[in-house]
Amino acid sequence: MKEREVLVILGPNGAGKTTLLRALLGIIPYAGEVSWGTKDISYLPPQELFQRKDVPLLTIDEFFKFKRVSSEKISRILEAVGLDSTLLTRRYGALSTGQFQRMVIAWALVDEPSVLLFDEPGSGIDVGGQETVYSLLHRFWKERNLTILLITHDLNIVWEHASRVLCLNKKKVCSGKPRDVLTPEHLKELYGTGIKFYEHNHEW
Amino acid sequence: MQIVLALMMGAFIGGIAGYVGSLMVTKRMALMGGAFGHLTLPGIAMALIYGFDVFLGALLFLAIGIILIWLLEQRTKLPMEALAAVVMPSSLGIAFLFLPEEKTAQALIGDISQISLTTVTITGVLSLITYFVIKKIFLELVFTNISEDLAKAEGINIRKNNFIYLASIAITVALGVRIVGGLLTAALVAIPACTSRNLSKNLSQYSYGGMIFGSLASTLGILGYEFTGIPAGPLIIIISTLFFVASLIIKKD
Repeated sequence: MKEREVLVILGPNGAGKTTLLRALLGIIPYAGEVSWGTKDISYLPPQELFQRKDVPLLTIDEFFKFKRVSSEKISRILEAVGLDSTLLTRRYGALSTGQFQRMVIAWALVDEPSVLLFDEPGSGIDVGGQETVYSLLHRFWKERNLTILLITHDLNIVWEHASRVLCLNKKKVCSGKPRDVLTPEHLKELYGTGIKFYEHNHEW
Repeated sequence: MQIVLALMMGAFIGGIAGYVGSLMVTKRMALMGGAFGHLTLPGIAMALIYGFDVFLGALLFLAIGIILIWLLEQRTKLPMEALAAVVMPSSLGIAFLFLPEEKTAQALIGDISQISLTTVTITGVLSLITYFVIKKIFLELVFTNISEDLAKAEGINIRKNNFIYLASIAITVALGVRIVGGLLTAALVAIPACTSRNLSKNLSQYSYGGMIFGSLASTLGILGYEFTGIPAGPLIIIISTLFFVASLIIKKD
């Protein structure tokens, strides 16, 4: 991957998307070689891998302490994702789903990583207002020198935001620029039949 | 002099038990404090018979018990909690096979009538070491509860942390049996944490609250023993329970 690329990883359930990210992060053993040009890597697992109940008394403030950054930085990033810094005294388990999503994005970005690995931020879930998780990420990508690897099921995201796409179904099905590789044939191979697919291209 | 030593001892043990206990309650392992307590009983019995320190006996049998549970878990794939239920009562049974009758009360509910300066010093040093070690990984352990993947990605060594955590519980329980015996250790770790949780706004208030309530209950219990002669172990637990009830009344939300 090149710097500032947005790689979207597509594939059906069980294709190995999350496994790929976990291997890249060194969470699971793997064969082959992974080399990173940077150490500033941030990872956000899928929402369901966050234990949200059963974490009594942990405040957002304390949750951010893992990152060892200044409180000004924390307030600034919270504001940037559209949250108030009064949230810091709230309990970790007491946030709404939308607030929680914004909060973990802020958490992942607060120490200014150069690479962000993001596993299914929740397909197009509205985080409040007009903004989706993806437009929020897109904004940060534009403002900062950010390289993003993103897993999603949402084909629209590929057309809107991806500079490259990797289709995965146990093995590599295709890889390249969305326009070049997202052919109906490849998608059929990826998801089987029955998927309706329209290219999002206004130049037609 | 004896009373000063006993009080210092109570403050150290109650404090570390409350602190480690706050973590155990958060990780839903409070009852393990009791199970570990039962595990120590053969060790306490041996110590009382052969005249060595109960802490050493307790720690020895805790180590044996924990290794046994770990081996059985590898072998049988039964849940740890079920294996604990197998190993702990067996250990209790074995203890009663050779525990002399006149030593039973001391083994079960503790004894602080003879405490030396050396014992207090060792207890203090061990409590402080345990405190600083746990303080260092406290947030990491809570964080690992939130998401193991994220913890690993952040470079947290989960296996190492879990080992340190378990070893800290073992040391805490082994220290605790001196003042409350092998039967009451669950209460020693759990009640101060529960009291503190009722009154705290965040995690750090909660863990330090556990330490303070634990220390307070233990010193008051020992003070009560000096004046009334009622064994300190049960007194400590009763006072701790009173704190808990008070916290229920004070608790607002």
